[in-house]
This record gives sequence, C-alpha cells and structure tokens, in this order.
Amino acid sequence: MGAKVVTVTSGKGGVGKTTTTANLGIALARMGKRVVVIDADIGLRNLDIVMGLENRIVYDMVDVIEGRCQLRQAMIKHKQFPDLFLIPAAQTRDKTAVSPTDMIQTADKLRTEFDFIIIDSPAGIERGFRNAIAPADEVLIVTNPEVSAVRDADRIIGLLEANNKGPGKLILNRVKAEMIKRGEMMSPDDVTDILAIKIIGIVPEDEGVIPSSNSGNPITLNENSRAGQAFRNIARRLSGEEVPFMQLNETGGFMQRIARLFSGGQSE
Amino acid sequence: MTGLLERLLGRSPAKGSGTTAKERLQFILVHDRINLPPERLQAMKAEILEVISKYVAVERDDVDIFLEQRNRDSLIKAEIPFSGVNTQDEARNRMLTASNSDDDSLDDG
Repeated sequence: MGAKVVTVTSGKGGVGKTTTTANLGIALARMGKRVVVIDADIGLRNLDIVMGLENRIVYDMVDVIEGRCQLRQAMIKHKQFPDLFLIPAAQTRDKTAVSPTDMIQTADKLRTEFDFIIIDSPAGIERGFRNAIAPADEVLIVTNPEVSAVRDADRIIGLLEANNKGPGKLILNRVKAEMIKRGEMMSPDDVTDILAIKIIGIVPEDEGVIPSSNSGNPITLNENSRAGQAFRNIARRLSGEEVPFMQLNETGGFMQRIARLFSGGQSE
Repeated sequence: MTGLLERLLGRSPAKGSGTTAKERLQFILVHDRINLPPERLQAMKAEILEVISKYVAVERDDVDIFLEQRNRDSLIKAEIPFSGVNTQDEARNRMLTASNSDDDSLDDG
C-alpha cells in the first residue's frame, strides 16, 4: 500500500501548522522513515523557510501540475536527511492553480516510494484546504488553547466529517502549564472535552521555536527542547507506537514554584 | 479531578478565565454545529409546545428547551412541566386562544 498521507490543517492561521509539518517531517526522517513534505499553501509558501531549504527551490508544485518539470525535479532533498524531501508551493500563483484531483494524483505517484507524505494545509476552509485534505489518509488538526482557535478547529472537524475524512486527530500547540495551573488557560482535557476527538499531541510553549525557524532548523533537531520532544512523540504515534503524553508541569521544583508565587505567578 | 482538589485546597482560583473560555465555547459550538438560525430554533420550540399542549396543560413559564452536545452529536433537550391532562375540548380551546393572541406567547426563551 505504501505511504500514509497525513494532512496538517487548522482553520485558523498562526496556530503552528507549518511548524508542526516541518517538525513531523524531520522527526519521522530521524526515525529512518522515507518522507515527503508538501506545501499546499499556494501563493503563501513558508514550509521551505521553516525547513531552511528556500535557497534550493527551482521548481514547485504548480510547475509539476502544469507539466513544466517532472515530479522528481520539484522534490528538494533535505541537507541532513537524504530520505526527506520537500515539494514547495508556488509563490506567485493562487490556489486555483491546483485542484483536489491534482493533489490525489501527485500523492499517488509518491506512495510507493515513501513511508509518509505530509501535507501542510493553508489556513481557511476554501479551495486550498480542500486540495490539502483530498489525498489524506489521516488528518491532524492543530489548535491552541484559545477560544477562536478551538472554534475554528471545530468547524474543520465538521468539514472533515462531511468530506468523509473525519474526525481527524488533535494537536494542541503552545500549551502553557503555568497558565493552566492558575486556571487562566484551557487544559488539554478541556479542549478534548469540547471537540470530542482523539488527541495525538500536546506541544508545550517553547521559546526555542522562533529561533529555530529563524535559522531554518526545526526545533525537533534540538534534543533538549520540550516542544521538540513533543513533536518526536507525535511522529512515533503516527508510526503506530504507543507513547505516553509528557507531563506538562516539569518546570522546576518546589522552591522555584514558591518563588514564582511571590513574583505574581509569572513563569520564565 | 486534580483541578478540583487544588481548588478545594485553595491553591487555584475558583473560576479562572480558562473555565469561562470552556463554557463560552460549549455554548458557541452547539449553535455552530447545528447551524439553525435563531428564528427557526424559536419556531421549532413553539411548535413542540403547541403539540404537547394538545395533551397536557403545560406551565409555559417553566419550560426549558435547549440544545446540548454529546460527543459530536447534537441533542434537543426539553424540560416541560405540566399541571394536568388536557381533554380534547380544552386542547381545542387553548389552541384557539393561542392562535388569537399568537406571537407574544411564543417567544419565551
């Protein structure tokens, strides 16, 4: 049967879809899997930058679809992992340049040679989203513990069900244990209660994420990062392993907690 | 569960904005999911009451008909107290007066 096609989507923009796609691609490649990541955000490409591959782009997804190059020519090999490839989005075109059928055909050509095809969906619920989910065997919905992001995730879940792609699995990104403890943020249990779908990842807020995309080295390459660890755990779950969820509140001992109490509950 | 324990021990506030967020979302999503405009929902409630009033004397002030979620399914829940049985004649009379006074009797929320 070949590759599993996994689409990463969210509805709302800015919740961490591209970061998640990049990190899952790298984490799976580190496990020895053969992986292609596809940027389906035609016109607003970003996955290449987050992965540090922007200088190597010659052809893109639209060039493949319109027959200007072979699929292989648009696949950029990762500098560190020879079995990890990126197919970039076109930057100067819009979503109508690609159809759901194009996406299904492209994925089908790749299935036999790879273990995972990970598609980074654009924000929104229009054409770009429909393109991204068309070939999906599994859909991951990224959200943050905030009302607007959760509401949009719910809408996406509804649309996935309507398209027989549902219900999908949840990745809760940018979780702040300190705020949950103070009652000022919804916990992973709160969010899964509301959305009533399975959760496959809980990613803590991590100040290392921005520097890692600044330099084009996704955070999961950093062994000590907790967000990186969370992404590695998701990758293992995607491969069928049972991995327990990390404890969210491993931030310091008793004395530090006391200190934080006196400083008004601010952490880090 | 630990949240409750911490609250009992006074370690965290009784109700932070996290709880508010959850409650607001639950309300918003019920309506998002069924995608039924408020006036249709109101009309449905009125019609349900009308049918039930044929058989029993409904205490309209205490009626509560609302939407709820169970997993990802939507439910209509109704609490409709009544004080006795309506005979067929009584029911007919009630229907007639209801249709005369019409609208204002229908929009209790």
